[in-house]
Amino acid sequence: MKTARIAYGGALHDATPHADGVRLADGRVVAETDVVWLPPFEVGTIIALGLNYADHVKELSKELTVTSKDEPLVFLKGPGALIGHRGFTRRPNDTTFMHYECELAVVIGATAKNVTRADAMKHVAGYTACNDYAIRDYLENWYRPNLRVKNRDTCTVLGPWFVDAADVPDPHALGLRTLVNGKVTQHGNTANMINDIPALIEYLSSFMTLQAGDVILTGTPDGVVNVNIGDEVITEIDGIGRLVNTIVGDAVFGR
Amino acid sequence: MTVFNPRISFDAAPWRLSGVVYGTLLNDRAAMAAIGEAANQPPYKAAPKAPVLYVKPRNTLSNSGAAVEVPSDAGEFEIGAALGLVFGRTACRVSEADAIAHLAGYTLVADFSVPHDSFYRPSVRFKARDGSCVFGQRVVACERITSPDTLALRVSVDGQVVHTASNASMQRSVARLIAEVADFMTLRAGDVLLLGVAAGAPRARAGQRFVIESDAPELGRIEGSLVSEVKSQERAA
Repeated sequence: MKTARIAYGGALHDATPHADGVRLADGRVVAETDVVWLPPFEVGTIIALGLNYADHVKELSKELTVTSKDEPLVFLKGPGALIGHRGFTRRPNDTTFMHYECELAVVIGATAKNVTRADAMKHVAGYTACNDYAIRDYLENWYRPNLRVKNRDTCTVLGPWFVDAADVPDPHALGLRTLVNGKVTQHGNTANMINDIPALIEYLSSFMTLQAGDVILTGTPDGVVNVNIGDEVITEIDGIGRLVNTIVGDAVFGR
Repeated sequence: MTVFNPRISFDAAPWRLSGVVYGTLLNDRAAMAAIGEAANQPPYKAAPKAPVLYVKPRNTLSNSGAAVEVPSDAGEFEIGAALGLVFGRTACRVSEADAIAHLAGYTLVADFSVPHDSFYRPSVRFKARDGSCVFGQRVVACERITSPDTLALRVSVDGQVVHTASNASMQRSVARLIAEVADFMTLRAGDVLLLGVAAGAPRARAGQRFVIESDAPELGRIEGSLVSEVKSQERAA
């Protein structure tokens, strides 16, 4: 089953896919562009992975002092960064390199502490697509990637759908890609994660209790390129969703 | 049993904490000075320009009186005493002059970390342990804490004062920090931003008791015990 959280007609609704757009729980069918899409579940702790695809590590290798054999590179984000499908993401005017990151988002469904790899997948409620932007101009080598790069308002996009784990027989065999203005700029497959989902749950739950609603953004493959004001960026994961986002400039924010 | 929600409500908008907590690394000039020339060497290559923040996620949140579990792989926990800035209304792009008007007030926070020497990577394994962010008993309105930027904080372990520090040594004042952070991320009512932990934070082991106090009696104190980590699976929240 796929579900979304949307705003329509002055209220929040749960919605499901329909041939003519989305179907609200109360029976109304509305065009996809006539609703406001929110992140598709109540988001708890946001846990993100850096450098979790071998090809992306290679892409960035010139500036790295680590290898893929190191401990998973984990960072946390706050709720202010989140927006939903068909939202707008701000690109500051002083930026020279801002890039998308298409990522499979794994949503925790049951409390997990000291979970073994073998038991890990039982703690997954489902999945959604994520576009986790980074603005590399602001990178500093202190708790890198620092929050000024990765925790900016509007820069973490989730949706459109929350997809039940039962409907995703193998989350490690999903094609994923990014299109900028219709042109494919990034493609990969979740099979190429360095630390797969059970490994991540085992690692994270070894030192922190994961709770229902926590989400793990599992990293991005290579192919990240700069985006500019006006670009339409679509991050798409087979069987999970096609997440649309548009880049806007400072003027929209009165800056 | 780990407590996962700070049970603090208070007498001003927004009436309660949101559960969103950000910490500030190396705001203390002495902490930065202790790194010395290494700050200019790899992997850092330069001292930080913008505030360096971290998240204390919801599994870390706890209240004064808690039994704090010391991770079995660490042996010791570092006790970081910090002034918590509690937001009363949305702070986005605020000037330094207007910053404090966005606060509901202040609270004491004990920010426990597994000691670590490298600040290159985000260190979630060291900063996000269950129950490692202990809140004081109350949020005190800004008017009642007239000098947050010179507030002295004191940490005691087993009845002995083991660390004293003053916010006067912070590179960024309360107002300055809010202005710089709210330039790139919005803080909402009930969110908490920690001003920073002073250099030389003391360490303690399971079996010891801790107390954090300040020279503003209105803020009250944080107290608790350190206990050995329980290695249970899937304990309920």
